[in-house]
Amino acid sequence: MSKGILVLADHTKEVITDVSYEMLGIGRKLADSMNQPLYSLIIGDGAEKFASGFGIADKVFVVADKKIEIAIPELIVQILKKIVTENDISLILVAGTNISSGVGPLLAAKLDYRFIHFCKNLIYENGELMATSQLFGGKIFSETVLNDCKGIFSILPGSFPAEAGKASRFPEIIDIPHPDDGLKIKFKAFIEPEAGDVDVTKESILVSVGRGIGSSDNISIADELVEIIGGAVCASRPIIDQGWLPLSRQIGKSGMIVKPKLYMALGISGAPEHIEGMKDAELIIAVNKDSAAPIFNVAQYGICADIDDIVPMLIDKLKERK
Amino acid sequence: MNILIFIRMVADVVEELKIADDFKSLDIDWIRFRLSETDEHAVEQAILLKEKYGGMVTVIALDAPEVDDALYNALAKGADRAIKICGDWMNFRSPGIAKLFSNYIKDENLLVTQTLIMSGSQAIDDLEGELIYYMGENLNIPTCGIVTSVNYRSDFNLINVYKEFAGGLRGEFEINLPAIIGIQAAEKPPRYIPIAKIRAIMKTAKIEEIDIPDDHISAGKEVNRLLEPEVSGRATMLEGSPDEITAKLIEILSEKAII
Ligand SMILES: Cc1cc2nc3c(=O)[nH]c(=O)nc-3n(C[C@H](O)[C@H](O)[C@H](O)COP(=O)(O)OP(=O)(O)OC[C@H]3O[C@@H](n4cnc5c(N)ncnc54)[C@H](O)[C@@H]3O)c2cc1C
Ligand SMILES: Nc1ncnc2c1ncn2[C@@H]1O[C@H](COP(=O)(O)O)[C@@H](O)[C@H]1O
Repeated sequence: MSKGILVLADHTKEVITDVSYEMLGIGRKLADSMNQPLYSLIIGDGAEKFASGFGIADKVFVVADKKIEIAIPELIVQILKKIVTENDISLILVAGTNISSGVGPLLAAKLDYRFIHFCKNLIYENGELMATSQLFGGKIFSETVLNDCKGIFSILPGSFPAEAGKASRFPEIIDIPHPDDGLKIKFKAFIEPEAGDVDVTKESILVSVGRGIGSSDNISIADELVEIIGGAVCASRPIIDQGWLPLSRQIGKSGMIVKPKLYMALGISGAPEHIEGMKDAELIIAVNKDSAAPIFNVAQYGICADIDDIVPMLIDKLKERK
Repeated sequence: MNILIFIRMVADVVEELKIADDFKSLDIDWIRFRLSETDEHAVEQAILLKEKYGGMVTVIALDAPEVDDALYNALAKGADRAIKICGDWMNFRSPGIAKLFSNYIKDENLLVTQTLIMSGSQAIDDLEGELIYYMGENLNIPTCGIVTSVNYRSDFNLINVYKEFAGGLRGEFEINLPAIIGIQAAEKPPRYIPIAKIRAIMKTAKIEEIDIPDDHISAGKEVNRLLEPEVSGRATMLEGSPDEITAKLIEILSEKAII
């Protein structure tokens, strides 16, 4: 039997992402039921200042070094592999974000562990670990049972309560030197997004269009709607990739994370990468003609219909009301 | 540059998906196949690179329903070779597929100093994570995923890529060739190819078929069960005619003090 569970902290722009605390929470629960210690690893320039917030873990490994400018999977895996081997760690949790992406499969290839992506749930029962993953853009779930309870799991943000990962206790901190092994990839610079005409993260009403809007011209009905109810128009990735709206309007994993009072999703299927950006909106209303669209699993109100049958009529009625 | 690109058919999730009787796979009769969306971008990026820097683009795929269409489409866009790997690979998981592809690249001596291997970044059924990292490890070459821009510097034989992070933030990385990258989005939206052009290419070009037996590679462990998401937490659906639905919607918006 191996001796531990490790959570790889995920952070961007000097902020620990919520999913790190989600992982610490579920990690603690698993560690207690499996009677194993919980470790965490924080890598990055200034990482030591985050470590005190990781008291839910028994030990926190810290690699703080000016030379570490950005998350490169190869570097993270060099560090992880050493810690995992030296401490006989069997379970590793990594964030299912763009920052941590690549770490799981690369570590799996190096250690010959199994890697399971898109995890929504992890349950330890009768000496076995079961991982539930969300596949096919959220339309199908899969269950994988690991009899040896050994593996690497990437956790979809929003799967577990972040509160369960926070503690006021102070963890034992272990400083680890930078491996200095040389990397095959060289980080050059960050490219900040161009400031858009509106900052969608500050809007309290968002009307969001997805591929179901059909064409660039049709986006005008979303414009018309926000003219009446206020707010701004934003979109899912395909709309941005087509060049129909600027990158500053993209919601999701690679785009913006928003928490408006109202998020109206028009023709958006609700892939996990999109949900990541808007799941915490106070009120989500979705219009989609597919009754099985995963967006209906996060929306409070759903309308299974064609956008064209609903939105123009809604606009007319709102105009009448004024 | 010598570009090798791996593409793959996936289920179109806009259609209804049915779980097969074994509860471990999708019912293939119900699937409408399409080229994985990020692969479409990978093909586009490969062609853009060829147009800019010259070289040769080879598109490689495992045999799958409708894969010929995707391969001809890539040829019509400007790819030079299309290769279809046949054999009983249907139930192989990503780490096994990565071994197959890596072995093929080694056996055919395709990994030369100017080789750039590309795939789409992250398919929708990607339970074992990105294929490129398994391949990068097998081939011992630099690997980078979620790429949205690629430039080649022939004087140094290296590429400059942009990798996507969150909030629109990207990082610029420098990578020596040979290397493997996963394309998230091409610099331009994938071009549209008229059917007539694809028909024409079907007459002149050929898909090279090769057979590779699956000996010495482990298929990997299968999933235990597939299931449809539980219905709990589902939205309250507004039913009725559009007139009734929009009336209810206005009621909700005004109740929540939005209008
Ligand atoms: C690494 C990575 C990062 C990503 N980052 C992001 C991100 O930041 N943001 C993001 O959004 N995605 C992101 N994605 C892509 C994501 O996986 C999905 O592909 C994307 O969110 C799908 O967008 P969509 O819902 O608009 O399109 P689709 O999935 O194609 O859905 C369109 C929907 O519209 C419905 N529809 C069609 N016509 C109509 C009509 N007339 N009326 C009503 N409904 C209609 C359909 O039923 C369907 O459900 C990322 C993917 C990867 C791999
Ligand atoms: N079986 C396969 N055949 C061909 N290409 C594949 C296969 N599996 C993965 N790929 C490539 O790797 C990409 C990403 O898949 P994955 O890394 O598994 O999410 C795919 O979109 C393809 O470009």
